[in-house]
Formats: sequence, structure tokens, C-alpha cells
Amino acid sequence: MSPRRTPSGGRVNRLRTIRFTFDGTAYTGHQGDTLASALLANGVSLFGRSFKYHRPRGVLTSGVDEPNALVTVLRGEVREPNIPATMVEIHDGLTAVSQNRFPSLAYDVSAVNQLGGKFISAGFYYKTFMGPVIGPLKGTRFWMLCEKIIRRAAGLGRAGHAPDPSRYERMNAFCDVLVVGSGPAGLAAAHEAAQSGAQVILAELDPCFGGSANWSGETIDGEPAATWASDVVGELKTHDNVRLLKRTTVWGYYDGNTLAAVERVSDHKDTPAKGAPRHRHWTIRARKVVLATGAFERPLVFPGNDRPGVMMASAAMRYANQYGVLPGEKIAVLANNDSAYRAMAALAKAGARIIAIADLRQDVSAACRKLANDAGAELLTGHAVISTEGGKKLSGVKLAPFSATSGVSTGNARDIGADCLIVSGGWSPTIHLASQAGARPVWSDDLQAFLPPETGKGWIGAGAFNGNFSTAEAISEGFAAGRNAAGQPALETTALPDIEPAPLDPNPAPVFEIKAKGKAFVDFQHDVTADDVRLAHLEGFVSVEHLKRYTTLGMATDQGKGSNVPGLAIMAEALGKPIPEVGTTRFRPPYAPVSVGALAAERFGDLKPERLTPMHDWHLENGATMYSAGLWFRPMIYGGPGETIEQAYVREAQATRETAGIVDVSTLGKIAVQGPDAAEFLDRVYSNVFSTLPVGKARYGLMLREDGLVFDDGTTWRLGEHDFLMTTTTANAGKVMQHLEYFLDVVWPDLKVHLTSVTDQWAGAAIGGPKAREILASCVTGTKVDNEALPFMGIVHGEISGAPVMICRLSFSGEMAFEVYSGAGHGTHVWEALIEAGRPFDMVSYGLEALGTMRIEKGHVTGAEIDGRTSARDLHLGWMLSKKKPFIGSAMMDREGLSASGRLELVGLISLDNRPLSGGAHIVEEVDAANPHGSLGHITAACFSPALGKYIALALVSGGKARYGKRAHISDPLRNRFGPVEIVSHHFFDPEGKRMHG
Amino acid sequence: MLITCPYCGPRDVSEFAYQGDGNRTRPDPASTDSEAWNAYVYDRLNPAGIHNEIWQHAGGCRVHLAVVRDTLTHEISSVRFAREHGTPTHSRRNHGAKA
Amino acid sequence: MAEYSAFSLLKNALSGNRDWKPAWRKPSPKASYDVIIIGGGGHGLSTAYYLAKEFGITNVAVLEKGYLGSGNVGRNTTAVRSNYLLPQNTRFYEHSMKMWENLSHDLNYNVMFSQRGVLNLAHTPGQLDDLARKGNAMRHLGVDAELMTPVEIGRRVPGLDMSQQARFPIYGGLMQERAGTARHDAVAWGYARGADRRGVDIIENCEVTGFLRDGDRVTGVSTSRGDIRAKKVAVAVAGSTGRVMQLAGIDRMPIESHVLQAFVSESLKPFLDTVLTFGMGHFYVGQSDKGGLVYGGDLDGYNSYAQRGSLPIVEEVMSEMLALFPSLAPVRVLRSWGGVCDMSMDGSPIITTGPLPGMYLNCGWCYGGFKATPASGFCFAHTIAKDAPHEFNAPFTLDRFSRGTVIDDKGQGPTPRMH
Repeated sequence: MSPRRTPSGGRVNRLRTIRFTFDGTAYTGHQGDTLASALLANGVSLFGRSFKYHRPRGVLTSGVDEPNALVTVLRGEVREPNIPATMVEIHDGLTAVSQNRFPSLAYDVSAVNQLGGKFISAGFYYKTFMGPVIGPLKGTRFWMLCEKIIRRAAGLGRAGHAPDPSRYERMNAFCDVLVVGSGPAGLAAAHEAAQSGAQVILAELDPCFGGSANWSGETIDGEPAATWASDVVGELKTHDNVRLLKRTTVWGYYDGNTLAAVERVSDHKDTPAKGAPRHRHWTIRARKVVLATGAFERPLVFPGNDRPGVMMASAAMRYANQYGVLPGEKIAVLANNDSAYRAMAALAKAGARIIAIADLRQDVSAACRKLANDAGAELLTGHAVISTEGGKKLSGVKLAPFSATSGVSTGNARDIGADCLIVSGGWSPTIHLASQAGARPVWSDDLQAFLPPETGKGWIGAGAFNGNFSTAEAISEGFAAGRNAAGQPALETTALPDIEPAPLDPNPAPVFEIKAKGKAFVDFQHDVTADDVRLAHLEGFVSVEHLKRYTTLGMATDQGKGSNVPGLAIMAEALGKPIPEVGTTRFRPPYAPVSVGALAAERFGDLKPERLTPMHDWHLENGATMYSAGLWFRPMIYGGPGETIEQAYVREAQATRETAGIVDVSTLGKIAVQGPDAAEFLDRVYSNVFSTLPVGKARYGLMLREDGLVFDDGTTWRLGEHDFLMTTTTANAGKVMQHLEYFLDVVWPDLKVHLTSVTDQWAGAAIGGPKAREILASCVTGTKVDNEALPFMGIVHGEISGAPVMICRLSFSGEMAFEVYSGAGHGTHVWEALIEAGRPFDMVSYGLEALGTMRIEKGHVTGAEIDGRTSARDLHLGWMLSKKKPFIGSAMMDREGLSASGRLELVGLISLDNRPLSGGAHIVEEVDAANPHGSLGHITAACFSPALGKYIALALVSGGKARYGKRAHISDPLRNRFGPVEIVSHHFFDPEGKRMHG
Repeated sequence: MLITCPYCGPRDVSEFAYQGDGNRTRPDPASTDSEAWNAYVYDRLNPAGIHNEIWQHAGGCRVHLAVVRDTLTHEISSVRFAREHGTPTHSRRNHGAKA
Repeated sequence: MAEYSAFSLLKNALSGNRDWKPAWRKPSPKASYDVIIIGGGGHGLSTAYYLAKEFGITNVAVLEKGYLGSGNVGRNTTAVRSNYLLPQNTRFYEHSMKMWENLSHDLNYNVMFSQRGVLNLAHTPGQLDDLARKGNAMRHLGVDAELMTPVEIGRRVPGLDMSQQARFPIYGGLMQERAGTARHDAVAWGYARGADRRGVDIIENCEVTGFLRDGDRVTGVSTSRGDIRAKKVAVAVAGSTGRVMQLAGIDRMPIESHVLQAFVSESLKPFLDTVLTFGMGHFYVGQSDKGGLVYGGDLDGYNSYAQRGSLPIVEEVMSEMLALFPSLAPVRVLRSWGGVCDMSMDGSPIITTGPLPGMYLNCGWCYGGFKATPASGFCFAHTIAKDAPHEFNAPFTLDRFSRGTVIDDKGQGPTPRMH
């Protein structure tokens, strides 16, 4: 028997014992326990260390608002840091460790920080660590030394480096009514909405439905509340229009009533069930949302309020009633409202001794007095706890008379022995989701809390969320909200359920802080004290946001769920203003921390789709080294054994120029431009004229953006009077399509043109070289491919090995070359037939490196030159700008800046020291390796040219043409490469194009 | 945010591509009024509140939509076909001289 | 003695921290000033500071509609760098970088500028060439930059997926070691305090509702706290530029306001010692001194003034982070927020006199405004004081669009959301 487990009671399965470890020590618990409840049951009181002072901390709450008891869960090498022990369900094999301590939780050397006390008050780091203004530690150096130490001390858990092998998945859901929270209000709402036939989703962040019904100890119409809840859930399960999601935190309320939720599907298991993910992310589009998210109990601010053993009263009650665990044996109570009495009674009933109750109020109701009396507790009204005793574990508290009006204690203090102090400072409705949806909260003087506005556009509130804390109100509001959300008329009268015991007064005394000597914490995790809040006031950081940012109040992993209102209250007092005038924080997503894995879901490990050409497998089987080009994979080289990349591409390019080579060009963007106005449309979008292009011919075209700079280039083939096939660069295929669609749909809707992206429908193979025509002739049927049938830029249709093909004679390599297009499904078949036909001619297959080499030799431009900043004239493509018609970009292309001298122009470079050139190197007139300066431009692409036998490059250089024949230098300090080059025309090889014209 | 495409129904914003200010007028293509061109290419209405915008249902039917949306609340009050209700358009006739 | 030092901390600690002064006063607006700066964000405050410090103009009011620093200065991912491609940008941001290097001392306020480096990753040989182009461009202007090999990157950034099986394997990267991060709020507060101590009135909760005009000339502003006259009115309102210029009757600008989301994880022990940018998408991540991973990605992609983001971008950003760091899947996102960015038509800022007489404009920061804060304030102050730009902001005119002298570092053309 664990020392603190009650002999009976609770909703854990005592027949099932679970073994787990915490900080290497083996413990047992029961099914239904959280890590917090199981450790408490084992008598553990020290759970963690605070952020700044490294103070020992216990468990303060029983839920998602836990600031102190954070642990790291280990799954093999994978680390899951900063999980509240209150949210970890134990399972066999669970391994958890404490955080932010060295060398151990019990003995943490950084606890010495506490001695810094007032020296390291809020914002202290802004005022120091700046270091000397001269000497070796000037500038940022001194700070960066300090920072190393600060960073090591700060932070909570440690993230691992081992990849998480877990699977995360995403689901979309649509519903009429999403009910958030399954306490009595949520259950009632779901029940009513389900009755009406609406599609309902009920989301509960805990492992079991019912919320407070599981621990309130109440009866509903004579039945234990938990039984009532499980009956309702049982009935909901019979409706096929209801989806019940437990362990599901609704964390975000986005535009259009889209809510985001994460379901922790497998965290409570050692290994996920077959096919089950670890987390499932839900995007839920709800017609209406019922917010039944309850309320959080607030701590009180008093010296020593962070000592392990101090616990929220409602949490203590939950540990006793739901988990059958006593957080202490000798219990003291500190409260400013009635709700703590119920908790006290539950603890007494479960077997704890209630030593004393310090109630901050002078007057206490008869009902509370009776509860105190029944529990055998000494009731001290008008009293406060002014300090706590004990080291890492509470041993006693000091009580003193207290004046609620002054907030200070008066008269003689008394010491009381206790191992647990339960505290209640009133309740704050959980309005986070409504706030995310844009609701401005309203302050209630009665409840001393921010309440949601009555209803939002897309949501309806119910129960404690609305500040109506009794179970009877929760159920009746839940019923009404459920009907309303489902579009049902309100009932005229609703019979209220009969709840026992009767509710107590929900209104707290307006006291948030007990002023006495010692550190009194507002934000436990971040160690923000009441004095820190007052310091912020003194220094003028008085708006809520400044308070938050200056002191870090509310920025911890609990996101200020408990500390927000007490912090505001202390600031309000300092300012002499009412709390609502200090302001409220607008809550932003997420409501509670969400795993990155859940949000990435199936894109984790699969970021972007892979685009493969039809011939992809052939390339792999034939020795290609692939690399990615955007989403595509393309062959870089088909390297032979022992070949370097350069050797391989030089061999491929050389063979192509000597006999023939073939390359996969399927990735080029392809757009079918069809319709009676297709030619007119092309005249408008291309800078040159297409309407004059005869059927059966192709033409190279240039597109500008509206701002007159070059956008894209490619060939467009006229397949019929009204039928064109446009090709684009691989990289811009999508952008060009979108550009064309925009103009067609928005600017020129009267043009009768239809655009279809056919990139994936066609496989393309480019075959070039002196023997290309012979090879083609040997395998094509149904058409001739001689100069007459297929002149330069001509198009024919035929068959290769039985598959229909379309052949256009055009050349990127500068050789006599042909692009052979076939249906994607025939791609490999046609490719293999071409390879077969090329065998007698020693045709090679070549990759992008050889393609790039041949295009550099020819001086063709690609994306490296068309970089979004170059004009047509910069690239010597001015001849393509038609003067006979306007086109996209024509109006803007002659602005002064675009025709100014000194622009970067395309040139060729030849390495004069016979060493390689590299893309990204700069060009200078004189080398100054020690102090590089005077860049004239840069290399866009470089290679060894087999045709010239030299290292050459294309470059964009200021002055351009005027420098032809002049010497300059490569200046590449990044790669320490400097050397002489000659600036030449970019047409290195066969400038007249004799080879391709044949 | 959901946009109700007249063809496809309400769809998530991730299916749509934003094409910007829908209040711009493209000058006559043959116009040499550089101020008008500059205004069209570079200047935008950028209201805090109701805005006329062009969106494309890029992940769906690819139609362009004239959307009226509040930039403060993201509420959408109208979605229509851009070709009928979008930027003032140009017919073939005033497209200017042709070769 | 400096107001803030280890010694003053100790002295105040001994007296119970009761003697600290407000970081800035809370004055009521006067009837008139020499200069009014609209916008109490980083740029507005630094402009006021340098007007007072460098140009001796202290009769200055900074008007802020909410609380000081409520805009983008407190809503960014805090990266400071000068790794630009185009010389106009590199020179300006390098000037800023040099100011950053001494900013804590200058302000007597620790802005925690941590020069832990910014590393751009390349995932294809072509991207590495592009980075080399940029790095060499920087080196030719005297700015530090180095290429890193995959081995060096793996050593510098443990946990990064360096495998060839990664969807986008890492081929190398460009590191600027002098770049890094700073504490964003401290920058606003430090400038505010510095300006305040030099006599500048910083007036919070004072919303400009209109401009006072004498013909074309701007002679002051109407505000929620009354009319205030000034010889010169400067606008530095970032995401609200469209809104404020509309009050001056200028409803079309080369600006679109877009929302950009940022995220912070729960606090972790030191995990990442540099700032990293992904090359196959838009993603960047650093780690704050408190331990949170601070990261972000693309704009939501549509005009917005709402400071609230959309879900698809959240999912996109998270998946990009896991593509780099597959061990971070169990780590949890703590907070997200949206900032409104004034996206210009070429991705570069505008710091200029005009467009109306008596008016001065500072805008178009896209999402790079934080690192510009010192130089932006300095150059804007110069422009206001001298009625002429400083050499570093001379290229950032409003007429560069009509003249075709755009400064388009990304080469995306007039599509603001792409910059």
C-alpha cells in the first residue's frame, strides 16, 4: 500500500497496478492515475525546480494549468520535455525525469540563485552585463560570455537529438455543434444537441468525460455525479451523430469557426496501437461552438506560497475524490471564498486531519462554519497565512490576523504544523477560446473575475465558463446552450436537477495578496513575485503587456492560467485603479501547448511531394546520380566507375557533340493554349509575335512581368490554328500558369482561350548531336525527319516503337537536336526505344550538368540569369521585344532605371589560369584578396567546356559588352579563389548556329 | 478562413491564392501614360476594413474571384466571379495596334 | 555614473528596489513641437533618440496609439543580420549592424545583442551558388560572410538532419557570424528611456485621427488627446502605414499590410546556438535566452490588419521545422502571434521626405524591420533634421518605382507577399 493512497474510494482501478520510474526510482500506481497522483500517493512531494531561482517545487494543481511539476518523458532516445505531471497518464514502462536541476532534483547547485534575491529582480538583466566599453570585452563580448551562463541556467527541459519515430496524423471534421469540455455543462449541451439530430463533436481534454462530476462528490438527482456523467456519455455513445473525443485539447479558435484540437491518442500507452498515431490533429469546422470549458482556481499570493505541499484546494479535492490520494495528512486551509470548504470536507472524509482554516474574510457563512465544525477544523476568520515552513517539503504555516481592507496582517502570529496547505483565491472562467475568437472579457466585481461577453458570433457559453459555478446552473445552461446551438427553440421552463449538497456562495473576498515578509509568488514557474510586479509599476511598466513582458508574468508554459488575475490585481492596487482599467490580455493560440509533431502531422518526414519523371526508374537503373530541382528529381550525371562529376559531364557533353546524346526534359512546364483567340493571347503575353507562327512550327518566346523585367522563356509550338503547346522553364511552370490564368480570367475575359497544364501528361526526351537525325530516322515511323519534312523549329507527328510521338526540331545544346514528346505513360517505352536506336551510334544519356555545360557554351539563359532583376536588354534579348504591338511589360520596360548605364549585362568569361570557375564568384578589375572590393558583377554558371577545352562561365557584369576582350579577375573570397579571366561574348560556341541548322 | 467558391462551395483558405488589390485599373495596353502604369503596377489600396480583392481558387477550379473581405476581421461579405465583377477589363478592340 | 549598472542594481537591491525611476515619463502632449513622430515602435523611438542625440532636436513628441512597443518591435523573431544581396541593402543593414554592436552601451540598456550567427542553408548546388553570390557580394562591401560545408554545419548545429535521405539534403550554407539575435522589447524600452532622458515626450494611448494642414503642408496632427502642431511630422507606423497615410488623403501606396505569424516553443535548455534559415521554403529559427525556440515562416498571404493568423501557415511552419530537426516533434509550441507587416513592392524600405510638404515617411519594412531599428532611426532622424537623406537611405525613395530603380533582393517583382 502506498503511503498516501486512501484505503478506498476514487476512480482509479485498484486491481490494476502499474509500474513506472521517476528520476530512476521505481514506483507503482493504478490505472487511472496521473504521474502526479501516483507520485503523491507514493509520498513524493518534490517534483521540480523553478525557472529562475531554482526553488524546490511540488505539484500545485491537478490539470493543464500546472506551473511547477513539469517532467521530461523519455521514450528510448526520444525526449518529450516540459510535460505537466498532472497531464501524464501512467502506463507500464513510463520513464519520467525531473528537469532544470543539477546534479539532482534534491540538491540543485543553481538554488544559490535565491541568494541573489533582490539583485536579480524583474528586468535586472536589462540593467547590467553590458561590460566595458573598451578592451577585449567591449562591444557584445562581455554580454555573450554572461549569456552562456544565463542560458545554461535558464530553460526547462532538454530536447533530444534523436529523430522522433512517432507518427502524427491530421483529421478534418465538420459538425453542427462542437462542445468543448465535458463537465456537467458540456455533457448537458452535447446531450441536447444530439437529441435534436445535429452532428455533434464533444471534446474533452482529460482521459475521461465528466469533468468536475468525477471529483465533485455531488449527487445529481440522487445519483453520484460521476454515475450521472457516465450515463449521459453512455447515451451519447448510442447516437451515430455524435463523435466523442477524449484526451483532446481544443487549442485554437480560428476564422470562420474553424477550431483546432489535438488528440493525444497514444501518450498513455507504452507503444501506440497498430495503425494509431501518437497525436492526431483535428481541424474542426463547426456551425456553432458550445464553450463549456469551466474555470481555474486561482492561487493566493503570500510569502512561501510556492513550497512543496502548498496546493490548490480544488486540486487536493480532486486527488482525494478522483484518485484516492491524500496530498497530506495534516492539512491547513487558506481561502478567500467558500469553495475551499468543500475541498476541506472531502479531504477530511478521505481520512486527512484538518488542522486549521485561515479564512481571509471576517464573516463566514453558517454553511461553511458547519463544514469546518464537521471536519473538526479550527476556523480562524480574518486570518491569513503569512509564511510557510519547511525545506523541500511543507512542515508548517504561520497564521496571523489579517485585514482584508489593508491586505496586511496584524497582531500575533501562530505556528501550525501541517504537511499540506490547500489554497483557494477564487475562480477565473476559462475564457481563452472566446478571447481568441475576439471576445472582449467583462469584469465581474462579484466574482472578481473576467467573464466572457454574453455570446459570440459563433459560440455559446455554458456553466463555469460563464461564471456560473454551481452544477445545477451548469446543467441547465448546458441544456439551453445545446438546444440553441442545434437551432432548437428554447424550452419555456426547464426543471433544474436536484444537486446535493447545495451550492455555496461563489463570490470571493476581493483579496489577492497577503503582504508580509518574504518572497510571494504570482507566477510560480517564472518566479515572478509580488515585489516584481510592484517594481514594474515603479519603473512605469504598467500596461498589461508591459507588465507581462518586463516581468515575464504569464509567459511560462502554464501561460498564466493562474497568475494572470492576481498579477493584474497587484498592479491595479499599485496604480490605485480598478482591475479592469489595467486591462486584460488577449489570449492567443494555443490554449495549452501543442506538440510540433501534431501540427506538422503527416508532413512530418514528408515535407513536400516528390515529382518524378516517367523515366525516373530508368535513370536510377542506369547509374544516374539524382538531385532535386524544386520538387523534381533529375539526373545530374550518369557517372561511370571512378569518374568525378566533372569527368562525367565532360564525357557526356563531348559525346553529344561528337555523336549524340539524350536527356530527359519531361520536367519542363507545358501548357496547352487553345481556342480561337490563342494566337492573340500569346501576342499579348509574349514580348515577341506568335500570331504569325505557321501551324507545325515552334518559336522561342520571352515573357516579361508587368514591371518590364524578364519573367520566363521557352518555346511554344503551334499544333493547329487554335492549338498551341507552350513550354516554360521547370522552375516557373506554376507561376507562368497562374500568370496566364490571371490575365485571361481577370483582365481579358473576352478572349476565347482555354489553358490546361499538361506538364505531367507529356514525357519529353531531347536528343541532340551530329547523329541525332540518323538515330531518330532509324526508329521513327509515320513521318520523315529530314530537313525538308522537319526543318529547324518544325514539328512532325509519328510513332516510335508503336507509341505516338510529337517531334519538334529545336536545340538547347546547340546541336542538331529534336525534342520527342510522348504520352507520359509511353515515356519510358519511347525513351528505351531511342536508347536502343542510339546504341549503334554510341549515343550517351546525359544529365543536367552536361546540359548546363552545353547551354553555357551556347550562351543560353536560364533561371540563374533570369533572376527577377534582369531586363531583356541585360541578357541581349532586346531583339525579342516587338515594336509592333504592346505586350505585358512593354509599358514599363523603358523606365530610366532599366536602361541606365552600368547595369549588369550577360557576358562570357574564360579562365586564364586554366583553373575552374564557380557560380557565385564575383568579378573585379583588380584583385585585393585582403580587402575585397569593387565588384563588377558575378558568375551565374560555370563549367569546363569540352568544346573550347577551357574553364568558362556566364556572368552578369556591369558594363557588359563594352568589356569584351578585356581582362578582369575572379574575386571569390568565400572560396579563396582569385585569378584572371577574359571577358568575352556569351556565345562561346558556334555563334552562327551552323550545327543546329545542319 | 473559408471562402465560398461559387463553383466549389465553401473551401479552406489554403486552397486559394491571393492576387491582391482588386481596385486597380490596367491602363489601355497601348497607353504611354507612365503615371497610370506606375499606379497600376505599384500602388495599392490597403484599407483597414472592407477591401475588394482578387483571389484564385488555385487548389480547386482555378477560377478567379472578386472577394469583398474585411481586413480587420477577415469576414467575407461577397464572393463573385472576377471576370464579371473584378478589375475593369479591356476588350480586344482597345488592346491597341497589332502587327 | 550610469543609471543602470551592476553597481546600481546592488545599491537598489540593498534599499529594497524602491528608488528606481520610471523608464520613461508619462507626459501629457504639449500644444506644439518641433517634430512629431507618429508611431511609438522601434523605429519611431530610435528616430526620436537620434534626433535628440545626434541632431540636437529635443522638442520632439512620439505619439503611440496603444502602449509603447505594441507593434512589430515586440512581435518579431529578433534576428539581426546584414546578409543581403544588393549593395543598397547591404550597406544600410551593415550600418545598422555596427550600431547594434555598441547599442547596449550607447543606450545604457542591455538589449542582449548576441552575435551567435545567422546561417542560411542551401539544399541544391544552385542554391549554394546563389548563397556564394550573396556572401561574396557582402565580402566585397567589407561585411563578414563564410561558406560552411555540411560537416561544419552538422558540428555547429547538432540535431539538424544532415542525412542524404532528407527530402532536401543540406549541401552547405552561408554563415554571417556577426549576425544574431537581440531582446526585442529591450530595444523599444532602451530607446524610449534614452529619448526620454534627452527630453523627448513619449505619449502613449494617443491615437492620431487626422492631419492638420495648411494647404498641402502638414502642420500637425489631431489625436485622441487633442490637436498637436509641429514643424515637421514624421510617420513611422510599419503595418499601419496604409491607415495613417489615408488620414492624410493618400489612399494608394506601394505597400500592402500582411500578417506574419511567429511561434515560440516551451523553454528548453540550450539547443540551438545560431539562427538558421531553411532554403526550401520560408522558415527561420533561433533560441531565446529564456530557452524558447523562436521561429516563423511565410506570410499568411493576404492583406490583414488583424494581428491574427490562419491555421494552414501554422501547419506549414511546423512541418518545415521538423524537416530540419526531426527530434523536435515532441516539443510543444507555447505561443503564437501575428504581426502586421508593411510589405513594399520590391521588399526594400522607404525612408524619405514627403510625400507631402512637412511630412516624412518611414515604412515598407516587410518583415525585416527589427534589425534595421538603429539605422532606420538614425537615417530617418538625419532626413528629418536636414531635409535630405543620409547616404545610406538615399536609395530608399518613394519614386524608385516609377524610375525603375527598384531594390529587389529576392527578384520577385511587384508582388508584395513574395518578398
